[in-house]
Amino acid sequence: MNTLTPVLSAFWDQKDSFTMEGYKRNGGYLALAKALAMDPDKIIEEVKESGLRGRGGAGFPTGMKWGFIPQGDQKDHYLVVNADESEPGTCKDTPLLMANPHVLIEGVIIASYAIRANHAFIYIRGEVTHVVRRVQQAIEDAYSAGLLGKNILGKGFDLELVLHVGAGAYICGEETALLDSLEGFRGQPRLRPPFPAIAGLYARPTVVNNVESIASVPSIIANGAQWFASMGTEKSKGFTLYSLSGHITNPGQFEAPLGITLRELIDMAGGVRAGHKLKFWTPGGSSTPMFTDAHLDVPLDYEGVAAAGSMLGTKALQIFDETTCVVRAVLRWTEFYKHESCGKCTPCREGTWWLVQALKNLENGQGAPEDLEKLLDICDNIMGRSFCALADGAASPIISSLQYFRDEYLEHLKNGGCPFDPAASTIFATAGLR
Amino acid sequence: MSIQEIKNQEITSSQGADSAIEMITIIVDGFEVSVPKGTLVIRAAEKLGIQIPRFCDHPLLDPVGACRQCLVDIEINGRKFPKPQASCTIPVEPGMVVNTQLTSPVAEKAQKGVMELLLINHPLDCPVCDKGGECPLQNQAMSNGGGESRYEGVKRTFEKPINISSQVLLDRERCILCARCTRFSEQIAGDPFITLNERGALQQVGIYEKEPFQSYFSGNTVQICPVGALTGASYRFRARPFDLVSTPSACEHCASGCDMRVDVRRGKTLRRLAGDDSTVNEEWSCDKGRWAFKYEHRDRLTSPLIRNESGELVEASWPEALAHAAHGLSINRAAVLVGGRSTIEDAYGYSKFARIALNTNDIDFRSRTSSDEERNFLAALLLGKSVTYLDIDKADQVILLGFEPEEESPIIFLRIFKQVRKRGLKVSALAPFTSRGNEKLKATVIKNVGNEVEDISKFALTNRSVILVGERLAEVSGALTAALKLAEQSGAKLAWIPRRAGERGALEAGAIGNLLPGARQVADPKARQDIERAWGSGPLPTQTGLSTDQILDALHKGEIEALLVGGVDPGDISASAIDGLRKAFVVSLEIRNSAMSEVADVVLPVAAVVEKSGSFLDWQGRARKFEAAVTNSLHRSDVRILSILADEIGRPINLGTVEKAAKELASFGDGSSDQKSALASLSADQAKIKEPGKNQAILTSWRLLLDNGSLQEHEPNLAGTAHPCVAVISDDRANRLGVVDGDLIKISNSNGEIILPLQIGDIDPRAIWIPRNSENSRPLLALKSATHSLVSVVKA
Repeated sequence: MNTLTPVLSAFWDQKDSFTMEGYKRNGGYLALAKALAMDPDKIIEEVKESGLRGRGGAGFPTGMKWGFIPQGDQKDHYLVVNADESEPGTCKDTPLLMANPHVLIEGVIIASYAIRANHAFIYIRGEVTHVVRRVQQAIEDAYSAGLLGKNILGKGFDLELVLHVGAGAYICGEETALLDSLEGFRGQPRLRPPFPAIAGLYARPTVVNNVESIASVPSIIANGAQWFASMGTEKSKGFTLYSLSGHITNPGQFEAPLGITLRELIDMAGGVRAGHKLKFWTPGGSSTPMFTDAHLDVPLDYEGVAAAGSMLGTKALQIFDETTCVVRAVLRWTEFYKHESCGKCTPCREGTWWLVQALKNLENGQGAPEDLEKLLDICDNIMGRSFCALADGAASPIISSLQYFRDEYLEHLKNGGCPFDPAASTIFATAGLR
Repeated sequence: MSIQEIKNQEITSSQGADSAIEMITIIVDGFEVSVPKGTLVIRAAEKLGIQIPRFCDHPLLDPVGACRQCLVDIEINGRKFPKPQASCTIPVEPGMVVNTQLTSPVAEKAQKGVMELLLINHPLDCPVCDKGGECPLQNQAMSNGGGESRYEGVKRTFEKPINISSQVLLDRERCILCARCTRFSEQIAGDPFITLNERGALQQVGIYEKEPFQSYFSGNTVQICPVGALTGASYRFRARPFDLVSTPSACEHCASGCDMRVDVRRGKTLRRLAGDDSTVNEEWSCDKGRWAFKYEHRDRLTSPLIRNESGELVEASWPEALAHAAHGLSINRAAVLVGGRSTIEDAYGYSKFARIALNTNDIDFRSRTSSDEERNFLAALLLGKSVTYLDIDKADQVILLGFEPEEESPIIFLRIFKQVRKRGLKVSALAPFTSRGNEKLKATVIKNVGNEVEDISKFALTNRSVILVGERLAEVSGALTAALKLAEQSGAKLAWIPRRAGERGALEAGAIGNLLPGARQVADPKARQDIERAWGSGPLPTQTGLSTDQILDALHKGEIEALLVGGVDPGDISASAIDGLRKAFVVSLEIRNSAMSEVADVVLPVAAVVEKSGSFLDWQGRARKFEAAVTNSLHRSDVRILSILADEIGRPINLGTVEKAAKELASFGDGSSDQKSALASLSADQAKIKEPGKNQAILTSWRLLLDNGSLQEHEPNLAGTAHPCVAVISDDRANRLGVVDGDLIKISNSNGEIILPLQIGDIDPRAIWIPRNSENSRPLLALKSATHSLVSVVKA
């Protein structure tokens, strides 16, 4: 039986958790002092040993990514933090930055020191103005405290940290599109190779990491790789933030070891909305294939979720109860992907345009059962055919919903429209309305 | 520096200059193929004749992988990629096995799927689309697409068309967003005036509203657009491709030497496209070469004209006109001006005509500012090694002397730009100011008008350097000598780049006073004997002939009383040229009514390039041969008319056809090898310019690519993208005059004035630059000087 393991979120309940004072009171910036006394390669080694994997969705080992940066190459290196959290359902970085921006800043300094970068950037989603302000203030405070700028803590390490506010594009969460956007261009994914570790920002070796990955670093340095690796499962080590939202009694962030199950998390969150039962859920945001109540005991780590046919992604657990029309939910997501497709490649640009129209027809009960095969075939022509993973994410909810809820699609056709009352699924609906 | 530039440089440096090319063998659809390392899979397949469908891929553009049409299955050493890969972005690797649509059901389905997606938003307006019938989308939808679309939804629509310049129109709903046009503009032309904007299905090609697509190379985007999204305003809705007869041709507009394709319907040129020659223009042309051809069918002369007793030009029969011309040329002392636009065969006709029919060496092809120093320089140049585009590719640095490549030979500009982008080729220019072209080449510009000769000697070059000398360098006395000396001392290669297409050929044909055909010196008795023997003629005139300026001078003085001219605009030579011509008996061979017709006594119509065969020698000395695209023309080539005229005079030159002229000229071979260097004869006084006083400046100018040139007439869409006609002055001078960008200034001397809006530029503060032959700026006529003279500059 797993229990919560609050590390990043340990002091979120303190009124001043986001301030320098609050952070330091709880042991903040002690890891930094320790790190700056270490050999940079030793830090990379420590992070490798901890088994920390990227928390942005793909789960690539963080230490290995740092190790790809060529050292002694006489080039500038850059660290870029991806805070462009935009996936429907994903809501972990925003509260983390709101409640504890300094843990990210401390992680940024340690990571930059490790990869020998003297410039770091945080690329943050432009819509979250309140978070932007808070992080901006934290950076200013860190500069005033001598934690950023020249000769940090008198250890001879220099680091400039720039907060860059994005203009609101989901695609800029894709790391190479993010780099283009950061350079001032329109955000569209770049052709790889070269990978960012060789030619990233301004064509220099660059590490791009998720907020949560970097924020996890100070605790690893402070407590050691063994401490971190003692949590989680064999290949998915450590703790992470699980974000529960939707039809759940107490939605929010649950920091737990990797490998916890949704059944355990739902228990901790007080159960599914009272009077209802779980219908489907996403393990890691809307782009990961959906699960049903048959998957309640799937261990939520990278391997467990993959074995069950989905992806851990950003651990954004969106809970939908039986009042929700799956066709309607999938259509909304597809509309999102159509709106956010950057337009660079054909399958995504044209495919999402088509999928929205096809799903709208199905939602309105127009068409024939063969149209479901056609819809699947369109998805097959999009999935794995596009330039980046955005289109895969657009096809996934459609394919998985047809896998689990084909009958519900057919019912729309038989019914000549949606059999559900959309009001019943709203948060303000009276319990049991159907 | 972009990622791609870094990559390019890494690739270039890893290849090294002369290292052996590593070959890699892969298997495509069961067949082995060996290709050089770095080759993309899509091109390795092409080598086997396996055509993978594609849209965004273009061999001369950096890969982008946007359209996803070329997906294939790939495995490397038994490890299979989990999903199909874009073959246009992946270089071959040892142990690679590729299965295209021909052998992989997955690749075939992926391609069919992408094709269906490409078509869902594409209009079915092929019957009215310019591209219909020659459209890569149409063709590949037939060869690699599904038979029917399953799409029943609403298609994306846009307002149509929008002008992205006066000559390029964009139908956005047809666009498949392959980014060929935007990549061309950025990577090949260096003119990123168009870009993709918006996102998703609303992504579209666009311009910044204040900066239209003002590129000299915009027409290439129309040609490489794989659908009918970009169309040329002049050709739009004019023809169907299957009604056109295409003929390979050569461009007559400049000395770059572009391979062209002329598309003719019922005896009329409807469009021209860039031909494909990797050693010359690759697949590009400039907009002038592409769109300036209306002169072919406007104001054409259709019948000979003779001046009657009351001084009017009237139509005459051929026998009457020829007899009249022969009489006038044989009773007077006559000279020949060829102009710079003849084919080498025609120039040879003039050359032989002068020597045999007129018994004179008084012939010159330079209808522009020229000098004796230049004539000797050109004779010396023919003795040197030839320089080619490939030398630019390999150069360690390129020096531009009196030469503005983007304006005066645009394909050379593209070639230099390619190397600048690819490997940071170092470019230096001796010029009055940093033009936009030089900015794009990241050139180090030495701005010192009046002291050019000193500056030339200061360049530090190696035997891998290339010196490109423009015809304008002849305007600075001593500069050509200095350039030749620089080349000799450093071992650098030196090329002379005339502006007009015919000058290099005319030089080799001996249409100049000091040379006979095949680079033989007139002054050399043995050389004369060679030619006398070949022609079976009596003794040739022995005295070195007069130059253009000297001929005009002699006309003024009455020492020469008759003149044969072929395609010359007297206004190109000097303001007073026309007066000398009025005194003489002038026989003019022309394609259209011109300023020369006003003073001619006999006008004989001749064929335009499209109606005749022949060849131009480009700046490399490479023959650019072409056949007649309009085969049923009633016009004849100059050389044929000259041959008949010589018969009429009674001193035949026996050049009845272009082929005969070409064969005879070729039989001379290169006569330069048995001669000593002409360098010794080269010397000139260094020019001295007085320092400008207050409110004075040294005038400088050159011709813009798009200007008042007579071959560009009747093409308003092309003219719409001409660079603005402005006077460039320094910041300093603008402050002194109290003027800002766009204000009018007056440039004047005792002969006249020119008023132009000004533009502050990075210019020698003592100098002012204006266009040489644009609307409101024709300094040779208005000021009787085009360059290197003092003018007064004041606020207008």
